[in-house]
Amino acid sequence: MFTFLHKFASPQYFYSWSASWQKWASIIAALLMSVGLYYSLLNSPADYQQGETVRIMYVHVPAAWLSMFGYMVMASAAIVTLIWRIKVAEIMIAQCAVIGASFTALALITGMLWGKPMWGAYWVWDARLTSELVLLFLYFGVIALSGAFDDERAGARAAAILTLVGIVNIPIIHYSVEWWNTLHQGPTVSKFDSPSAPPSMLVPLLVMALAFKAYFFAVLFKRARAELLLRERNTSWVKALLKETV
Amino acid sequence: MRLFLFIFKRDMLLAIRRRRELANPLVFFIMVVSMFPLGVTPDHAFLAELSAGVIWVTALLAALMSMDSMFRSDYDDGSLEQLLLMPGSKVVLIGAKIAAHWVSIGLPLVIIAPLMSFLLFLPSQALPSLIITLLISTPILSLLGAVGVALTLSLRGGGVLSSLLTLPFYVPVLIFSTMAINAAAVNQPVSGYYALLAAFLIVSILLVPFAVVAALRVSYN
Repeated sequence: MFTFLHKFASPQYFYSWSASWQKWASIIAALLMSVGLYYSLLNSPADYQQGETVRIMYVHVPAAWLSMFGYMVMASAAIVTLIWRIKVAEIMIAQCAVIGASFTALALITGMLWGKPMWGAYWVWDARLTSELVLLFLYFGVIALSGAFDDERAGARAAAILTLVGIVNIPIIHYSVEWWNTLHQGPTVSKFDSPSAPPSMLVPLLVMALAFKAYFFAVLFKRARAELLLRERNTSWVKALLKETV
Repeated sequence: MRLFLFIFKRDMLLAIRRRRELANPLVFFIMVVSMFPLGVTPDHAFLAELSAGVIWVTALLAALMSMDSMFRSDYDDGSLEQLLLMPGSKVVLIGAKIAAHWVSIGLPLVIIAPLMSFLLFLPSQALPSLIITLLISTPILSLLGAVGVALTLSLRGGGVLSSLLTLPFYVPVLIFSTMAINAAAVNQPVSGYYALLAAFLIVSILLVPFAVVAALRVSYN
């Protein structure tokens, strides 16, 4: 089985199978995004207290979920990197970090835009905002570290260690900030037995969340494929590929 | 254990031979703390409210500044590589180096902290908790800092990068410590915070040396 996995994850095979995955992830993302945006922006009720501002949530919450999901994917890639030293996983770490940092920033910015009319300030030192900000710093650290090495493979392994130290620390940081100060509303979706959001809002939100996840993988595969070609530019299969296309 | 003592003694001897370098983080600590009244306000009550946070943030910076010395000179002259090639547990070796670094840098910070608390008018009933939180937490700072330093050892200008990597991990330490001090200032119970900090310390002692050894392997590639 391991020989199969190694073959499956070898740069050349990854490049060929990821093409169709990237395509399908893009298609799913586009479909779900258009459905989700239609329902969330046009065909869902305005909140009785927040008014139309509630529609920011349909971007904000999926982005915030994705910022954490991205770290989980990055940590999985980090484990694979440290144990099996698979090149594709090494590439994934830095690419996950870039996308994850973008979505963390998106979550923070949409949160600020929502916070101004709702809380009366763009920024408050609230627990969730702060832990999201710290998460952004952690992403920056991984990006900076993986780019700092002359040897890309050493950089990837250093970033992998940092990611794993981070994954141990994230819950601790999260709860320490939670006890420190909290103003953000409690979770309304994770209580699956009796969600406090009505279905007319919950469904568009979940559709948007899935759309964001699909988009994440589409971009991840795209970036990983580009980076892979760059790193493997001196190998025979990339040269052959280039000859074919040119 | 013999390996631990051997490395610990060696590093302490090296530190004592370079005492002037040891004083630098302390002087930095004192200077930065004394900048705050100049920059903010000399007002007694306001400074008293600010003092726990200022002393703690400054201590974090002073600790970060001194982190580079943990492995730098040993890396530059090649002795770290020789130490890592020695038989015996590398985790113990790294643990001994971190312990020596804490005794030579972190402990002096704890000792001069009361002086800083007078400069910033920290309420006197909060002073014991300042010392206790520093005593529990400065080893955590050394441990977590070691990871950042070990990851960036082979890089040019690794010092700044390692601070960037380490600082987010210091957030829980900063929060629990300042919360404990502020609670003590208004005579609230503080033992819960100590327990949390101690738990964080124990987890760090157990896990960090492994991460540092892995990081050093990457640096030596």
